[in-house]
Amino acid sequence: MIIARLLKNDRGGRIFLGLLLLGSLFVLLSNRLLPEDSLLHVPTYTVTLLGKYLTYALLAISVDLVWGYLGILSLGHGAFFALGGYAMGMYLMRQIGDRGVYGDPLLPDFMVFLNWKELPWFWLGFDHFGFALLMVLLVPGLLAFLFGYLAFKSRVTGVYLSIITQAMTYALMLAFFRNEMGFGGNNGLTDFKDILGYSLQQDGTRLALFVASALALALGYLVSRYIVTSKLGRVAVAIRDSEDRVRFMGYRVDRFKLWIFTVSAVMAGIAGALYVPQVGIINPSEFSPINSIEIVVWVAVGGRATLFGAVLGALLVNYAKTYFTGAFPEIWLFALGALFILVTLFAPRGIVGFLERRKARDEREESA
Amino acid sequence: MSIVDQLRHATRRDRVFNFMIEADRLQPDVSHGTILYVEDLSVSFDGFKAIDNLNLYIRDGELRCIIGPNGAGKTTLMDIITGKTRPDTGSVYFGQNIDLLQFTEPEIAQIGIGRKFQKPTVFEQHSVFENLELAMAGNKRVWPTLFARLTAEQIDRIDAILEQAGLIDLKCQQAALLSHGQKQWLEIAMLVVQQPRLLLVDEPVAGMTHQEMDKTAELLTGLAGEHSVVVVEHDMDFVRSIAREVTVLHQGTVLAEGSMDEVQADPVVQQVYLGV
Amino acid sequence: MIPRLFVLLAVLLWAAVPAPALAASDADLGPAFDLLMKRSFDDKARGIEALGQSGHPRAPEVLQAILDGRLYYIKKTRQPVFTQKQDSKLLARDVFSGEELGLFKKRKLKKISINNRLRQQLKIALARVQLSDPDPAQRLQAVRGFIGSDDPALLDSLRAQKAHEDSAEVIAAIDQVLAFADLDSKDEALRLAAIERLKTQLDPVVINRLKRIVKSDDTPLKVRLAAEKAIERIESRIAFYGYLETLFFGLSLGSILALAAIGLAITFGVMGVINMAHGELIMIGAYTTYVVQQLMPGAIGASILVAIPAAFVVSGLVGIAIERGIIRFLYGRPLETLLATFGISLFLQQTVRSVFSPLNRSVETPQWMAGSLEINSLLSITYNRLYIFFFCLIVFVLLYLVMKKTSLGLYVRAVAQNRNMARAMGIRSDWVDAMTFGLGSGIAGVAGVALSQVTNVGPNLGQAYIVDSFMVVVFGGVGNLWGTLISGLSLGVVGKFLEPVSGAVLAKILVLVFIILFIQKRPRGLFPQKGRAAES
Repeated sequence: MIIARLLKNDRGGRIFLGLLLLGSLFVLLSNRLLPEDSLLHVPTYTVTLLGKYLTYALLAISVDLVWGYLGILSLGHGAFFALGGYAMGMYLMRQIGDRGVYGDPLLPDFMVFLNWKELPWFWLGFDHFGFALLMVLLVPGLLAFLFGYLAFKSRVTGVYLSIITQAMTYALMLAFFRNEMGFGGNNGLTDFKDILGYSLQQDGTRLALFVASALALALGYLVSRYIVTSKLGRVAVAIRDSEDRVRFMGYRVDRFKLWIFTVSAVMAGIAGALYVPQVGIINPSEFSPINSIEIVVWVAVGGRATLFGAVLGALLVNYAKTYFTGAFPEIWLFALGALFILVTLFAPRGIVGFLERRKARDEREESA
Repeated sequence: MSIVDQLRHATRRDRVFNFMIEADRLQPDVSHGTILYVEDLSVSFDGFKAIDNLNLYIRDGELRCIIGPNGAGKTTLMDIITGKTRPDTGSVYFGQNIDLLQFTEPEIAQIGIGRKFQKPTVFEQHSVFENLELAMAGNKRVWPTLFARLTAEQIDRIDAILEQAGLIDLKCQQAALLSHGQKQWLEIAMLVVQQPRLLLVDEPVAGMTHQEMDKTAELLTGLAGEHSVVVVEHDMDFVRSIAREVTVLHQGTVLAEGSMDEVQADPVVQQVYLGV
Repeated sequence: MIPRLFVLLAVLLWAAVPAPALAASDADLGPAFDLLMKRSFDDKARGIEALGQSGHPRAPEVLQAILDGRLYYIKKTRQPVFTQKQDSKLLARDVFSGEELGLFKKRKLKKISINNRLRQQLKIALARVQLSDPDPAQRLQAVRGFIGSDDPALLDSLRAQKAHEDSAEVIAAIDQVLAFADLDSKDEALRLAAIERLKTQLDPVVINRLKRIVKSDDTPLKVRLAAEKAIERIESRIAFYGYLETLFFGLSLGSILALAAIGLAITFGVMGVINMAHGELIMIGAYTTYVVQQLMPGAIGASILVAIPAAFVVSGLVGIAIERGIIRFLYGRPLETLLATFGISLFLQQTVRSVFSPLNRSVETPQWMAGSLEINSLLSITYNRLYIFFFCLIVFVLLYLVMKKTSLGLYVRAVAQNRNMARAMGIRSDWVDAMTFGLGSGIAGVAGVALSQVTNVGPNLGQAYIVDSFMVVVFGGVGNLWGTLISGLSLGVVGKFLEPVSGAVLAKILVLVFIILFIQKRPRGLFPQKGRAAES
């Protein structure tokens, strides 16, 4: 019922969720039922790739929530994504058990390699899926809460905020590159075997992960949609447009920002947790500042302050990335760079904004 | 204040620490008939004294006009009362009991001081109705805001105020598309719907026609009594039309206070304004 | 330690010191070599003696070669040669001319072998030769090399040298060497005096020796106390020089940070443009240095000097192109500027990758920047870092003068404060924007020249510095040139002092965290701009 109400005035959302549902069903059925030589058969490899895109789309929604609606250009969301991913990665590492290269029943390979004798305390508990899930939510959430608490309370805004979010993810990247941190250093966490007892190599597990990503994306969309259409969402936009005025009306701007920033970070963390088992690796380069900025570009390309625009942008840009890095690896960075420039110069509201303007023009012409 | 004094103040038996009370529950104590006490206030920016030992008292329910040449410290005074700027010395009390200097802008707004800015600032991406919805008095914490639904009563109140402000036909219009005068009205309407005890109104009639001015004057005088209103304005005709009591600021201090006629007759004021 | 010094000295003498007037000619050494080639060690001893007293400029090298077992003679011609092992053969070099004579089989050559007695004698002869050097600085270095040695013959020759030595410094150094030998003396007063004298010696040999004295059970109490005190003093001095060294490293790192950030202080601080491609402008400056060096391969030393203006112009032009082409459409929209300039940075990186390959290029360090300034045995300062430090100061001062004293500076400040007003007064704000951005970018290029001397030049060079540069500017206070310099230097120093405690990476993280926290406390930096205009 709530869903129906949420989507009543949201044509883009209806289309998006409908397509997501149909698309997922098609992928599922085609992969399971159609013979492999069929033209419509979706190979498992592609299913995993699509699953990865869906987690990116969820990540894009989380960035759009803070950038599009709250006006905070976060250049650190890649860090929340990576932290969620690491939490999941640690669970997957524990599931390897004694099947690692060194066959140590207690320690992951990289710790054996570093000559560590026992499991560090922060690895305790990650044998349990439930605990790992809790950490997926808690770790990015807590970091965002702490960081946001400090930043918003002292009213760091605009570019300054962007730069310190970037510094945050940069610092985390340097930290995770260190072997002493106990997260696998340079190589990160990899060689995962299974999740909840199901092998990650099996088609069924991969399909299940794909479906989980689709569900998480749909849920993330609906939650975000609920937030932005609530009064809270209107306060957020008001903060984006005139922070001072909101303050003089009696809203504690810092708390609103903190709340949305934290929710968004948790969403990014969930996206990261779904990303890792599908990709099979998480390493410190996920923290690199350029990743975070790329996310912003997805949102900008799709159209900020429209949730399905963010999804659209994430899917399009990533598809292009897969295509270009495969076909013309030289060109990808040129294309990405050009995309940044062209979008900001010529389509500040992204594809969705462009479409809306055309629609508005058509309607005007019709009525004329 | 010496440390001993502070300690004594802090350990008084009857003292209730303000931070123990949520800002929106605080009620100003106006048993002496005064709602705002500004005493010995000074603030300087880089050696420039914007406010210099200023004293000002506003009676509960009063409509007070503050006039003064540019740079007299009018906007800075408003900034201090609403918590945007911290003074170097002095005190600002709301009623006898609430020390405003301890609070942040949103808390002061919750306590019951509303402010209209010199330059009209409305939320341009929101509709006229939504602007009022946001300003509406009520619980302004995060979670309640997330689940807030307008009651029929609240919608009626917004409509009534829109009617009064002449914006009812533009209810669903995006605020960005309003004219300058309409934005001024919208902002005043937002202030009213916020239901503050004390309204600080900075240049409400800038860019308005004479008719609109009259309407504004009517609205502000109507608000006085139930609310206390402080108007900062340059337009002398407008001030004359609404003010019973006028305060003249000059170089950060109160130069004169009294009725419009008394003030205009004051030779010092004449010298400042006319250079006579 | 000591033999290495000897080699160094020998080479130095050979290369740098012209033959003394009384030097014997090559032929005079003939009898000495004849003696050396004899079988009897007594003959050899006489040969060494003759060699040591010959005053021939090659004598030290020959002595050293004998000591190292590298002096041979060709059996057939009895010509003495220096040799060097090459696979199973020996590469021979003429003793006098240094001319290479080709590879010889081992059995064609005969080594001039020595025993322990001769080894002692060789060392002393070498020391004598060095001590008779006319340059007091060389003598001083030679004497300092002897510290820790207790060979009586050497000490005798030192005492002899002391008698007719006229440099006070050399005498003091000799006294220290002699004092070291006295440390073991039976005479308590002598030992105390020796300790007293060695208090100012920073050589690790001394401190180890003193520590042994303290540990030893049969050291008299008085001596032990004196030794402990001396150790304390020496260690505190070592620590002091350690601090000085860290400080210098910190200032050096800081000056690099400041150089990288100064351009940003103009574009970001004064103009308010967030230029994420700033790092790439630095990179372009570094590549310009590389290209200039390729164009003038014969003159590496001069190429750096040419590269500075070249990098300024190249980066400046790229900057102006960026400003005219993209940024000017985005004034007043900082977040969009950030994204667009980030796009530019990707573009520039990939361009460089395509043109120069993704591999790092090495830029050669010119001769006059190589080497280091040795202050004492513990503290030496590399010239390239020293130059970069001063270079940073010069760039800063020049920029400061440009901003304060020229009309461009006046216009820039006017436009930064109030664009419309400035335009109303007839300032072409477009032109000023372009010039300012060009200036900031050009300085980034100049920073690239400096960076090319300390790091690898590669497509990712800029990325490594962009976060740091922004941190420096924000920490110093946006819009404040002084603030940028001070914050750059202090961040460098803080980072270097943290390093030994926490390791390099952690130090960097700590500095970042510190700045993040600092910005919360003082959002407008160390030296904020004040006044109403800064409020908005």
